[in-house]
Amino acid sequence: MTRKLLLANDHIEGIQSYDVYRKNGGYAAVEKALKSMSPDDIVEEVKKSGLRGRGGAGFPTGMKWSFLAKPEGVPRHLLCNADESEPGTFKDRYLMEKIPHLLIEGMILSSYALGANQSYIYIRGEYMYVLRILEKAIQEAYNNGWLGKNILGSGFDLDLAVSPGAGAYICGEETALIESLEGKRGNPRMKPPFPAVQGLWQRPTVVNNVETIAAVVPIINEGGDAYASIGIGRSTGTKLISASGNINKPGVYEIELGVSVEEFIYSDTYCGGIKNGKKLKACVPGGSSVPILPHYLVCKTAEGNDRLMTYESLADGGFATGSMLGSGGFIVYDEDQCIVRNTWNFARFYHHESCGQCSPCREGTGWMKKVLHNIETGKGKMEDIDLLWEIQSKIEGNTICPLGDAAAWPVAAAIRHFREEFEWHVKEPILSQERNYGLVSEKKFENVNA
Amino acid sequence: MSEDIQKFTVTIDGESIQVAPGTTILNAARQIGGKIVPPAMCYYSSLKGSGGKCRTCLVEVSKGSEKDPRPMPKLVASCSTTVMDGMEVKNITSSKVLDARKGVVEFLLLNHPLDCPVCDQAGECHLQDLAFEHGVAKTRYEFKRREFDKVDIGEYIKLHMTRCILCYRCVYTANQLTDSREHGVLKRGDAAEIGTFIEKNLKNDFIGNVIDVCPVGALTDKTFRFRSRVWYTKPVDANCQCTKCSGKAVLWMIGDEVARVTARKDQYGEVKEFICNECRFDKKDASKWNIEGPRKINRHSVISANHYEQPIPEHTTLLNKA
Repeated sequence: MTRKLLLANDHIEGIQSYDVYRKNGGYAAVEKALKSMSPDDIVEEVKKSGLRGRGGAGFPTGMKWSFLAKPEGVPRHLLCNADESEPGTFKDRYLMEKIPHLLIEGMILSSYALGANQSYIYIRGEYMYVLRILEKAIQEAYNNGWLGKNILGSGFDLDLAVSPGAGAYICGEETALIESLEGKRGNPRMKPPFPAVQGLWQRPTVVNNVETIAAVVPIINEGGDAYASIGIGRSTGTKLISASGNINKPGVYEIELGVSVEEFIYSDTYCGGIKNGKKLKACVPGGSSVPILPHYLVCKTAEGNDRLMTYESLADGGFATGSMLGSGGFIVYDEDQCIVRNTWNFARFYHHESCGQCSPCREGTGWMKKVLHNIETGKGKMEDIDLLWEIQSKIEGNTICPLGDAAAWPVAAAIRHFREEFEWHVKEPILSQERNYGLVSEKKFENVNA
Repeated sequence: MSEDIQKFTVTIDGESIQVAPGTTILNAARQIGGKIVPPAMCYYSSLKGSGGKCRTCLVEVSKGSEKDPRPMPKLVASCSTTVMDGMEVKNITSSKVLDARKGVVEFLLLNHPLDCPVCDQAGECHLQDLAFEHGVAKTRYEFKRREFDKVDIGEYIKLHMTRCILCYRCVYTANQLTDSREHGVLKRGDAAEIGTFIEKNLKNDFIGNVIDVCPVGALTDKTFRFRSRVWYTKPVDANCQCTKCSGKAVLWMIGDEVARVTARKDQYGEVKEFICNECRFDKKDASKWNIEGPRKINRHSVISANHYEQPIPEHTTLLNKA
């Protein structure tokens, strides 16, 4: 049985409220940290734990924190990125909805470690009800002396506020998030300067994912070494995975990093196998922006080793035969699903969410969507597949922020692994329509076969 | 003390130059000059914060610096990447760069109407020049391009959003030359459009400069629109006494009549001294100006195709031969 660090108490009735949370060991980490640890001790523990950013990129959190510039007399900020909008990812929502105080506790610890006296949680606008839950929890924390001036007599002040976005996926990119929080249009900034030097209001800023900040709580409670003992290699600790798609038990699972993908999909502890006894066709292991894996690469790597739920193992083989752990949006496709339709759906999302600032992403995402729509609806040509490949290669790496890459990777991977299916869509437009929509009359169907 | 300032050596396409720290790769390339200067559609040196958006100025950094010689993993926007000591940059010598630039030109032209013959900007359009140099002759885009109605934003300025390439130059101009923020970008992605919310008029004294900074024909001068092709007019340098601006301008003459007044642009199409609306729109009378003489225009430009029987000798010989 896997150890749970974040969701250990999520089954307890009323854990949303302060009293129940406190009774179940809540805020012990803050007590311990403010009374017996210096900010640098906390950074040291986080470094020891090997915690890596849970938002998608997997950058070591301790290292990110130590990059924060600390000029004299300039306030610093900690921002929590709760703008979770990646298709297939819903772990942060679950965490904030079920145990809001865990995030607040993590925010207090992290702000203390970074010397930030004003921290913000930037939450996705569509999560308005979660915002209310968080605001209620923050108020409870203020009332009980965990936020505000001179917390626990330590001399550390912290104000925490929640700010909603206005419904843009791009505001999950850290510099766009900062722009949006400043009240501007959410366009990503050019880097450098990095937020660690010039972030919110030109002050040094750290932006971390909800799950990353929440994970600081068990690290302080149990020590960085204990946290690092879970997991394999450089993938330490536990990770929340949002499992969705054609599986028997979709939902949010906390796993120890290092569980095999096969176990995750087929064991009853987790997804419980493919729905209706169908066969696995493909899997997107880390949210819509990571490359899709065909069935023969899901459970085994190209070299025949077992594929594990770790940052390294999922990325094994690079983009040619691997993928990424990303944000943990685990989407499973059974044999009935159409990869062309799925790719079109993703392309449509990225087209809709492109901020329109830099030209490859603004124009390219729309173009890919239209070409994919043609192929999907039976109007495609063989050259379109090569054209798609070319468009994605011109977008990838040439944009300001990673949204361009995120739009290009799924298309590239789909063509790389499922080119035959694309070709089948072009060659058999009516049959593919029949399969996806079932709208073609029998008469037309006969004509095709004749 | 100039010796005290440590200078960085940067090599672009094999040509080295010493520049002050903090200079961008693009500006270092401009100091070298010639063919190695990357094209720029959105960067504008006098506008703070501009650049980085169009991606036409992408270059390859094959050596990061003397201290850290690792190459940069991705192509970088030369207009916003500052040089390091010992940096080596490849622009036209890198096939990766030329390939990416071709892609960017194709993306920029994707939703841009290909109707240069009826566009007022033709002849002085940066996108036209860029496409001519780097683009491909044929479009692979077979869908409907985006279309907008023409909008009047202010008494003198016409916005034709269909032609806009969203370089944000006019947004920075409006924000930085005027007191209040009147002009911005609405919507997002390829639906994004520049505009004033609820068709508010732009009335500021210096707002006419958005016409000059626009690289394409999206923002045009209503007092000149469709009066003449730019190459039928004759540009002369002129100045006037103006309390608001420097008064240094270019008059575009048709015979003795002033057809249009613009600010002076340098060889990269950038205005250094912005002029006020009064000079631009109201002084359409040659007697109000001191004429300095004909403006020098690059002889390869279409603007110079019709003019200058006298002033530029090499050009005259070219004409005579033809």
